[in-house]
Amino acid sequence: MTSSFAERRPASLVAGVRAVINKDLLLEWRSRARVNATIFFAFLTLLLFLFAVGPDTHIMAQSAAGYLWLAVLLSSVLSLGESFRMEAENAALEGLRLLPVDPKAMFLGKAIANTLFLFLLAVILVPVTVAMCGVEVQGSLMHGVAILFLGAAAISAPGTLYAAIASQVRARDVLLPLLLFPVLIPAIIGAVKATKLLFAGDPMGDLGRWTALLIFFNATYWLLCLLLFGRVVEE
Amino acid sequence: MKRAIDFGLPLLAIAGIVVGEIMGLWIAPAERHMGDVYRIIYVHVPAAWVALLSFLIAAAASFTFLFKTSWAADALAEAAGELGVLFGTVAYILGAIWGKGTWGVWWTPDPKLTAMAILVFGFAGYIALRNLTEEPERRAAWSAVVAIILAAGIPIVWFAVRWWGGLHQNQSTRDSMNVFMGATLGINVLAFTLLFVWFLRMRYRVAKAKIDEELSEPPEQELA
Amino acid sequence: MVVQLNNVSKRYGRRWALVQLTFAIPEKSSVLLTGGNGAGKTTLLRMLATSLKSTRGEVRIFDKLSGVDNDLIRPRLALVTHDSHLYDDLSAEENLSLVGHFLPWVDMRRMGDILERVGLAPRRASAVRGFSAGMRRRLCMGRMLLVEPELVLLDEPFGQLDPPGVALVEEIIREVQQKQVTLVMSTHDVERGEALCDHHLHLKSGRVLRAVEPLGEPGEATRIAQELEARGGWH
Repeated sequence: MTSSFAERRPASLVAGVRAVINKDLLLEWRSRARVNATIFFAFLTLLLFLFAVGPDTHIMAQSAAGYLWLAVLLSSVLSLGESFRMEAENAALEGLRLLPVDPKAMFLGKAIANTLFLFLLAVILVPVTVAMCGVEVQGSLMHGVAILFLGAAAISAPGTLYAAIASQVRARDVLLPLLLFPVLIPAIIGAVKATKLLFAGDPMGDLGRWTALLIFFNATYWLLCLLLFGRVVEE
Repeated sequence: MKRAIDFGLPLLAIAGIVVGEIMGLWIAPAERHMGDVYRIIYVHVPAAWVALLSFLIAAAASFTFLFKTSWAADALAEAAGELGVLFGTVAYILGAIWGKGTWGVWWTPDPKLTAMAILVFGFAGYIALRNLTEEPERRAAWSAVVAIILAAGIPIVWFAVRWWGGLHQNQSTRDSMNVFMGATLGINVLAFTLLFVWFLRMRYRVAKAKIDEELSEPPEQELA
Repeated sequence: MVVQLNNVSKRYGRRWALVQLTFAIPEKSSVLLTGGNGAGKTTLLRMLATSLKSTRGEVRIFDKLSGVDNDLIRPRLALVTHDSHLYDDLSAEENLSLVGHFLPWVDMRRMGDILERVGLAPRRASAVRGFSAGMRRRLCMGRMLLVEPELVLLDEPFGQLDPPGVALVEEIIREVQQKQVTLVMSTHDVERGEALCDHHLHLKSGRVLRAVEPLGEPGEATRIAQELEARGGWH
């Protein structure tokens, strides 16, 4: 024996989180064909919304923020599902639990990796939305980045938790959106409103309040899901 | 005592509803602004109240399960979650009819309506999850997590929708309601609550019996 | 006692997979777990690994309660089962490296030797997706060697292996036995298992028909397992 068992202390939370993020990003990079397909799916969703409302550029410009976030939301179901499909394959998640990996590190790592992907997706979608809907952007770049990041993080916290549950249930593909979408309604309202103010201008100074709502949503759900995730993977 | 409740509760609830609805639909005067349409509140408000109570019970029971692994709490959460969806749907449909009658629209982005919609759909997912999970330990823990997450979202939903704008509805029309109308509503709320308690007891017993059966000792068999 | 089960039952849906198991496994013993298909061998091994919770009854590993002190139990055991716990899109080396990222006490300098040992050195950089079932099994044995557990749980260690693979696994089992570990292994190849083990546990339809009893003369386990299966009841 090279080390006595009493000395076997687990990795620190930060080290664990970093290891999970690295693993997930590496896996996403390896399966980048799938990641690309998800991005194209998001584009396609956006395009379908535009076809559905018809050629009125005024309406399109007005609702651009809504289309953007619905495209992100619908694609998130695919990417969140995928992030636990690779854990369910060969029961890799069981392997992590038994090593053992702290469920908190698992949750934070996977939720951060999911946030990064959805943020990237939103960033790619914005110029396309702006161009296709004929939006003349009024807000600042910094604000825009902050709102996109907060929106992506808001989807990812409950999204990661629910994807973990759904991946272990028979009807996983329908269960994930069924569980996730109702919870996300306030976040989607906040993200759409804030984005709309950035697109069309903010004469009443309402942006702060919607940003605060998104921050509050994120704080609540990141904390709550972090605490509850252990019960989800351990049962 | 238990038998007395089993018989008395449904009788009392049904009698209360009959009396309450007769008062509401025939005896109570028409409302000044809305006319007869307002009478729907004698069903809508009690149903909405009971739905909210039911979701609160489900969330509290879920919380209890996660901390104490009490199977009675799990059964109570299952019963309350289902009844919340039932009463919530009734309240929601009646609310839409009321809205059409008074404001001319079926639905407005009102905080109460939106919060109720989120809870009803959220708990529909809760029921689906429970039905799709076979192992009792997993079913109980996962659905408890879902219920707590839904409950935690309510304050956020409230502010989101308040700020969202749209038709801002006043907190009911208290000035235009007379004492008799208030009393009638009170009777109906009470009667619906009794009805709910009766339903909850019945549904809880079914849920508890199922859990008890699932967790009972496996059958002992001798070698043939 | 390394393992103690007290009236343990496990239920899946409407079926009882394990029924009222009570037995103990002494330290540093090697237990042969036999039984037909669906007897509950895999369920039992996953329960000993703390991956599954019992529906009723108490499981103690290293005198600690499973489900309560999992963090103290898990660093001391390893489970090798049909589910490889591997990520298909990662290479053999990357899969082993994950262990080091999560478990700081593991000496990762040994990784090269271990890959050599299990015959995967030439394929160290290839994605596991292209590996045969036997190669995956070899990699899992390699990971078990890397974490140096005190309790080794092997589920059908000889399944899907070519003759050199079987010889390799036998050799690895003898090697870890030298290190004074406790071993529980299930196999249908009773004769081969018997040669490696000193205790016998037989399951049928989720019931214990022979609690952990010392093995005497060669061929005893084979004979008893056949006898127990030939008797009627519990189908």
